[in-house]
Amino acid sequence: MANGALTGLKVLDFSHHVAGPYCSKLLADYGAEVIKIEPPSGDGARRFGPFPGDVAHPEKSGLFLHLNTNKRGAVIDLKRTQSAGLVERLAVWADIVVENFRPGVADRLGIGYERLLGLNPALVYTSISNFGQTGPYRDYRGSEIVFYGMGGEMHSTGLAEREPLKLGGNVGLYQAGVVAAVATMGATLAGSFSIDDSADTATGQHIDVAILETQLGSVDRRQSALLAHQYTGELSHRPASGGSGGYPNAVYPCADGYFQINGSRMYFPRAVAMLGNPPELLEERWRDPGSQGNPEMQEHFESEYFLPWLLQRTRAEAWEGAQGNRVLSGPINTMADLDVDPSFNARGVFTEADHPAAGRLRYPGRPFMMDRSPWELRRTAPLLGQHTVEILEEMGYAGDEIAELVDSAVAATTSATQE
Amino acid sequence: MPRLPLEGLRVLEITVVWAGPYCGSFLADLGAEVIRVESTKAFVPLTRGAAPHLTQAVIDNLPLYSGGTPGRVPGERPFNRSPMFNSHARNKRSMTVNLLDPGGREIFDRLVAISDVLVENNPTETMEKLGISYESLKAVKDNIIMLRMPAYGSTGPYRDFRAHGVHIEGVVGHTMLRGYEDTDASYNTTVLMSDAAAGAQGAFAVLAALHHRKRTGEGQLVELGQAENVFPFLGEYYMDHLMNGRAHGPTGNRHPRALQNCYPCAGDNRWVAVTVYDNQQWRALCQVIGAPDLEADAGLADAAARRSRQDEIDPRIAAWTRTQSPDAAMHALQERGIPAGAVMNQADVFADSHVRSRQFFQESFQEDCGAHLYPGPLYKMSATPLSIRRGPVMFGQDNEYVYRELLGYSAEEYEAFEAAGHVGTDYAEGVG
Repeated sequence: MANGALTGLKVLDFSHHVAGPYCSKLLADYGAEVIKIEPPSGDGARRFGPFPGDVAHPEKSGLFLHLNTNKRGAVIDLKRTQSAGLVERLAVWADIVVENFRPGVADRLGIGYERLLGLNPALVYTSISNFGQTGPYRDYRGSEIVFYGMGGEMHSTGLAEREPLKLGGNVGLYQAGVVAAVATMGATLAGSFSIDDSADTATGQHIDVAILETQLGSVDRRQSALLAHQYTGELSHRPASGGSGGYPNAVYPCADGYFQINGSRMYFPRAVAMLGNPPELLEERWRDPGSQGNPEMQEHFESEYFLPWLLQRTRAEAWEGAQGNRVLSGPINTMADLDVDPSFNARGVFTEADHPAAGRLRYPGRPFMMDRSPWELRRTAPLLGQHTVEILEEMGYAGDEIAELVDSAVAATTSATQE
Repeated sequence: MPRLPLEGLRVLEITVVWAGPYCGSFLADLGAEVIRVESTKAFVPLTRGAAPHLTQAVIDNLPLYSGGTPGRVPGERPFNRSPMFNSHARNKRSMTVNLLDPGGREIFDRLVAISDVLVENNPTETMEKLGISYESLKAVKDNIIMLRMPAYGSTGPYRDFRAHGVHIEGVVGHTMLRGYEDTDASYNTTVLMSDAAAGAQGAFAVLAALHHRKRTGEGQLVELGQAENVFPFLGEYYMDHLMNGRAHGPTGNRHPRALQNCYPCAGDNRWVAVTVYDNQQWRALCQVIGAPDLEADAGLADAAARRSRQDEIDPRIAAWTRTQSPDAAMHALQERGIPAGAVMNQADVFADSHVRSRQFFQESFQEDCGAHLYPGPLYKMSATPLSIRRGPVMFGQDNEYVYRELLGYSAEEYEAFEAAGHVGTDYAEGVG
């Protein structure tokens, strides 16, 4: 029995690539019914890897498979005007629309928010775009590095002597997807808590998520650095070396890789305890606040005590030793490490499932646990056009009408798209 | 339609550092009454700044985000002036109570009884010490929703391990991915991406639980282990490990399939980020940078070839970007449909015409800081526009409202709570 937290919510998903699909994945994974509309060529993420054996295949993209769990998929060619009637029925069916076309494209495709809100005034319509629906950069192109460079703290990420550095992968696009999901659910719940009964008449609205602004408002140093600049006129800078200043306060090599330890300043006594309280490090001069900025003391500490301790230990051993003394710390893992991580495995973070084309795979599972309405993998990502027919049937189309939509290439089914 | 979506919802926060307070800020922006439950007897470093009573000498040595108080001076109450707190503390309320005292617990329970949600992100053992659990809350308010955000979860081998965001990113594999291609992980600087992920996804979790409550009437416990929470953000790298056994090292500023880098511009420490996905963008780029030989090179006619020969292309792009300001380079490339962005420092952001036109920053006043521009809500809503309705909340600012108005304590009781150290607007002596 379906008992996801968002059971009953119906989502019409026109999104592609990462940010939009991650937004609708969160909704789908926690119980919403999501219909993903793809163009005949499919979501572009189907063409991005990783692919098994690095052989491209539209049904085997690891990125697509990950981002589109729990959604049903239909292929509709919105560029064909005959799709208008179907769009109308879908808009009336839906509680929520998610799209991430460039501004103006949704209007041209006949799925703009004005038209759809006209058809269904209660619709929550979420647009995710690079720079927002308004403003001079509205039509500018974006990419992960562009968003982080403009919106995020890229200029203070990396080393002073080198170029600014982006974060790994597509983490900014994922973050934008989460913020869009927050906005979408906020709008969906509007009026649910008001004590004024007359207010409990939720109406639809348009949400404008600019990926740029999800970075400008990120708690990953940007919000605070922007405000600190207001307060002081100063700018943040890339540091001269790794870590965050003081010692030990960085990533260091250990016996089987790298290990992060932050035991500087007020936490220094814990780091000393971790090293077994060597008598020299208990001397008063190590407690002087100036000691943390003294390069000779740092060199002495690291070469005589800290690195010998760490280099004799594996990441797992160092982690036990550090945590045993309440030292903030952690291993620098790879995906292979994470795959066999005892906590991730014991707590059920991974989920295995069969996919008709990609076969049996492990998937990243629940981001968080809900004890009354748990995350559930109900279905793997849709094949291109897999649910076109059943969705058209649910929208009230008869068999001959469906055949006509397919014949005129307004809709496509799995067999047609795979030819 | 209410003025704001979550009007009428009451959320309590026992949150520290970044992730928990950031979660609360999303709910507060949406109109919930978010009350920070703080204590005059406890200070968690890096929440309201590095320490409760910072001296000038300490502030001078702190990084901008924690030391950048107005004018770089501590002021009388530095804990009301820290940018690392004030940047996300808008639209909230703050009350103080000592939860370790039985009398304080009674006050807290009365507050729980009239609240909908409690959000916390403390180490598991801290909550155990406070004696606050989902069961204890549920006993007071049957349909309460509790969001817990421990680093690795309340069970499992790491349940008591201490972590900040930077450690969580190491554990989930992000640290290994970010960094220069030619340096090892020890050169990595500190980022806090997983705090952003936990705060936002935690807010989504609360909203999902509220939807469930609306449908069924029941509250619940939501547990968000911060490492597990951010793992899906790296899903494609995990899939690549499964599918191909590939181990990923630092990728620098490169893109797996496109030509992409961060290029130097005219001036000191000025940069532009550029991505060239397709052939059309490639031809346009060659024209903008004046490189007809590259455009004519048949060996560079597809993205994979350009990616593999990036080392010879990059200097050609840089030769052009060095003659441009970041803005000029961005506009010249964007006009030809090429993704490009000036790498903006804080001053650049405040001056940017697009950011200004979107009114991302909003002016707000707070007694201990004065009036300033603050980063505002992260998205626009057409029918229920969000704004900064209230400046960054000061420590204990709403004690009177919470104790007298919400909980109905008398003036005499309030005074007694003040004397007992529950009610206050400063930390007790010796705290921190």
